[in-house]
Amino acid sequence: MPTVFVNDKPVEIGTKKLNCVQVAELAGVLVPHYCYHEALSVVASCRMCLVEVGDLKDGKVTMQPKVLPGCQTPVKDGTVIVTGDYTKRPVGLAALPYDPAYKPGERAQKSQADTLEGLLLNHPLDCPVCDKAGECKLQDYSYQFGRSESRMVDEKNRPPNKPELSSKITLFTDRCIMCTRCVRFTREISGTSELQVVGRGHHEEIDVFPGYPLENKLSGNVIDLCPVGALGSKDFLYTQRVWYLKTTDNVCPGCSTGCSIHSDTNKDILYRLRPRVNLEAQGHFMCDEGRWGYHYVGSPDRVGRPHVRGDAGLVRGEWSDLLPKLKQELTDAAKKNGKSVVVVLSPFLTVEESYLYAKAFLALSKEVRLVLGPVPVVGEDDKYPKDVKGNAVEPTKFVIRAEKAPNRMGVEAVLRKFAGTVVKFESIAKETGIAAVFFAGGYPNPAWADAALPPENVPLLIVQDLFPSKWTAAAKYVLPATTGFEKDGTYLNHAGLAQPFSRALRPAPEVRTELQLGFDLAGRKGLATIAAVRKELAKELPQFAALAEVAAPAAKKLELATV
Amino acid sequence: MSSFEPTLLARVGKPDSAKLEGYRADGGYATFEKALKEKQPLEVVTQVKDSGLRGRGGAGFPTGLKWTFLPKDHPGPIYMCINADESEPCTYNNRILMEKDPHQVLEGIMLGCYAIKSRCAYFYIRYEYGDAYRTLQAAIDECYASGLLGKNIHGTGFDLDIFLHRGAGAYICGEETGLIESLEGKRAWPRIKPPFPAIEGAFRKPTIVNNVETMACVTQIMRRGIDWFKSMGVPPDTKNPRDAGSFGPKLYTLAGHVEKPVCVEVPMGITIRDLVEKHGGGVWKGRQAKAVNPGGLSMGFVDCNAPLKNAEGKTEYDIPLDFAGPGTVGCLGLGTAAVTVIDDQTSMVDVLHNVTQFFSHESCGQCTPCREGTGWMLKIMDRMRRGLGRREDLDVLVDVADRIGIMPGTTICGLADGAGWPVKTAIRKFRAEFEGAIRDGSKSKYAKKLDLVGAH
Repeated sequence: MPTVFVNDKPVEIGTKKLNCVQVAELAGVLVPHYCYHEALSVVASCRMCLVEVGDLKDGKVTMQPKVLPGCQTPVKDGTVIVTGDYTKRPVGLAALPYDPAYKPGERAQKSQADTLEGLLLNHPLDCPVCDKAGECKLQDYSYQFGRSESRMVDEKNRPPNKPELSSKITLFTDRCIMCTRCVRFTREISGTSELQVVGRGHHEEIDVFPGYPLENKLSGNVIDLCPVGALGSKDFLYTQRVWYLKTTDNVCPGCSTGCSIHSDTNKDILYRLRPRVNLEAQGHFMCDEGRWGYHYVGSPDRVGRPHVRGDAGLVRGEWSDLLPKLKQELTDAAKKNGKSVVVVLSPFLTVEESYLYAKAFLALSKEVRLVLGPVPVVGEDDKYPKDVKGNAVEPTKFVIRAEKAPNRMGVEAVLRKFAGTVVKFESIAKETGIAAVFFAGGYPNPAWADAALPPENVPLLIVQDLFPSKWTAAAKYVLPATTGFEKDGTYLNHAGLAQPFSRALRPAPEVRTELQLGFDLAGRKGLATIAAVRKELAKELPQFAALAEVAAPAAKKLELATV
Repeated sequence: MSSFEPTLLARVGKPDSAKLEGYRADGGYATFEKALKEKQPLEVVTQVKDSGLRGRGGAGFPTGLKWTFLPKDHPGPIYMCINADESEPCTYNNRILMEKDPHQVLEGIMLGCYAIKSRCAYFYIRYEYGDAYRTLQAAIDECYASGLLGKNIHGTGFDLDIFLHRGAGAYICGEETGLIESLEGKRAWPRIKPPFPAIEGAFRKPTIVNNVETMACVTQIMRRGIDWFKSMGVPPDTKNPRDAGSFGPKLYTLAGHVEKPVCVEVPMGITIRDLVEKHGGGVWKGRQAKAVNPGGLSMGFVDCNAPLKNAEGKTEYDIPLDFAGPGTVGCLGLGTAAVTVIDDQTSMVDVLHNVTQFFSHESCGQCTPCREGTGWMLKIMDRMRRGLGRREDLDVLVDVADRIGIMPGTTICGLADGAGWPVKTAIRKFRAEFEGAIRDGSKSKYAKKLDLVGAH
């Protein structure tokens, strides 16, 4: 088995082609880096990942006289890597047979400190007012690998900031460390090539051509790629100090790609979405539509509590009063004629919610019809990278899907199990004789719900949705819905990848989650828990058996003391 | 020495030396035509390799050996790039060859391309050389008109095109992979090596990058033979198995404080003193030489008054200018063989400021150590010449100069080594002068006055 030694620790690499940074990671050793990024080409220019490399052959270690960039140096059987952290290696690890004159880690440690000293020469050190502070690689690495003082006494370069770089993104030019990740992103992933390096030497800057700002549908990723506070999201700028944010692993409900994301919240307010690396779902990135499209979550226009139609139109109702009535009316209708009761499950529901609804309504009558709600499709799948003319280029690295719902596949799986086939609501909308409709929506855009209008003259129309729409206007009962950020659940993306996620924030006080409502409608006592539902689901739909094993992913907190 | 007849510069000064007719009259292109008909490409490679020709561009890598690095039986295309981005300060030997005898260079390119089976050569010339550009273009046009370039040359089935490409005036384009990037239309950011250009170069194809003077040497080696070439210069040091020797004639350019700045052709291994005294008319205004750049700024400084070890009565001024000579006194190497003389009345603080300014301006900015290091060194030197230097600045300068470059492994290309070398050699060799300037707080007469300007 090919073995590589990282700070004397043997690591088996198998047949994988790895570089020193990756192998060190396997060994649990951090090799700091800025310009290197898994999804981008290697340029080896930041010189933060300098390591000492050698070979173990015939019981003898021969080290190369130079330090080498770890990101660009491939490893093979017998490669010896010594990082600047050599002295911090685990106690008791036997040292390799180095040359007695060789001092392991000394050169790497000095090179890393030198690089950091260089990077900070012209850096403004404005951490107190920088949005990146707290999650900044320049801060972190300076703390871990740098020296505590700078020897430069001369004036720093102060290039002007570039807020006009893009409508969504601003550039703090002086904070930039010229890792060129953003430039490579626009060239290699989006293919739109807006960003470039201008100037030379220490007067170099990131810039765009005049009149061609950074406007593409993936532009926001340069903010995440930026290891320092140079590229900032105008949406997030100056809203929160990052150490106050609570980060939850979540799934973007914006389209059927189902990007894995981090949701950053504080006190139940959603401030920021960031992509979470998931090679099975979307890779390393997410689109701007998803990234900045979350504002509906905190919209004041949302249906915030249940309403019931009286003589004076829709009036506020109380759950305690309204729920028994609603349930009674549904039961009556189902008893009279099960077929006349229609349950519309939208593709924004989670797998667990649609399962629970299906169970609850089929309990009223086996005849109840379960149908799939309108599936929003906007345009065509948008593939990246693109060439100069805007045509997609192979190999595709990112797709923004036309289907703007996260879980059509999951709801269809439930429908197939409980209704036999997937019937679209649109195909039965014109039918007469429908006595009751339960519309479980959750559409972030009311126009998407309105793509299919409610059937006319339905005596009992119950609409659960996020925003007022033509559905709510016609409804007898209007119930509040939750967004994908306000609940635990699972989405099944376009490729059938099931991604369980957990709640990022609590919904408004009078909003009852779909899961809880499913419990209530089924007459089950107590609080709905996702684990219980998943266990049931696993029994009835074996394809979701794996979900029962998932302990709800715990909300992950930043490892920083919150003040 | 007096019997030496210039070869590379033999035709300089003749009327119509740049014209095909004149070149033909002097026996030009006969070698190429003969090689085309009678020699196999491999024979040309072998002849160049056996001559011991080392690249004249700066690094001194054996040319023939470089050619053998190309992949065997490559389906092509294989490219030849001619590096005429002669940007090292005080270097102008390529310019003279291009302006006065372009056909000698072109013949070398044709021979080289024939040897490496390349059908396409890119002649990358720096923007500032307008005359050379026009002369070369005219010469290339003449060659096409007379069937020396183009398809099926002289019915032998050998095709060759030479494209003249004008750079945009950046020092870094003289670095071979920077040149290739620039040629491809990108920012001239040197590439990480490996892969070396011989494996993957211009347009991701095998590429050989050679200097202009090297190609002129190829012409002469093919015409006059290996023995002629090896009759000149310095044989390898038998004690050093890695020394490839310094054979052949070399164009040295003299600049700085000499009476007569010229480009001369002499056999390799002339001493700095001989070059300055015999060919440059001595140091100007009757002064003494204090420091000399043996081969362009990036090679560092020679202290003309420092005694040489193991050589009675000799100083660093007496070192031979072959590939190994400058290295013996702490310089980086022979470089471009552009000898810049600094007289005894010039402040080394000013000299070093000028040097750091150049490299700070020319650093491409790709690697952090070079980008920030060159800028930092300039800031320190600028402060020092304004009389605000501190003693610890000298240590900082040496530390920064020592840590940037491909030698310690912290950068992609050699620009940083070249930026650091003059700084550390100057400070190590002239430390007393720097310390004196710092102690006195003396202000350079060239330093810009920093006037405080009211904001309103």
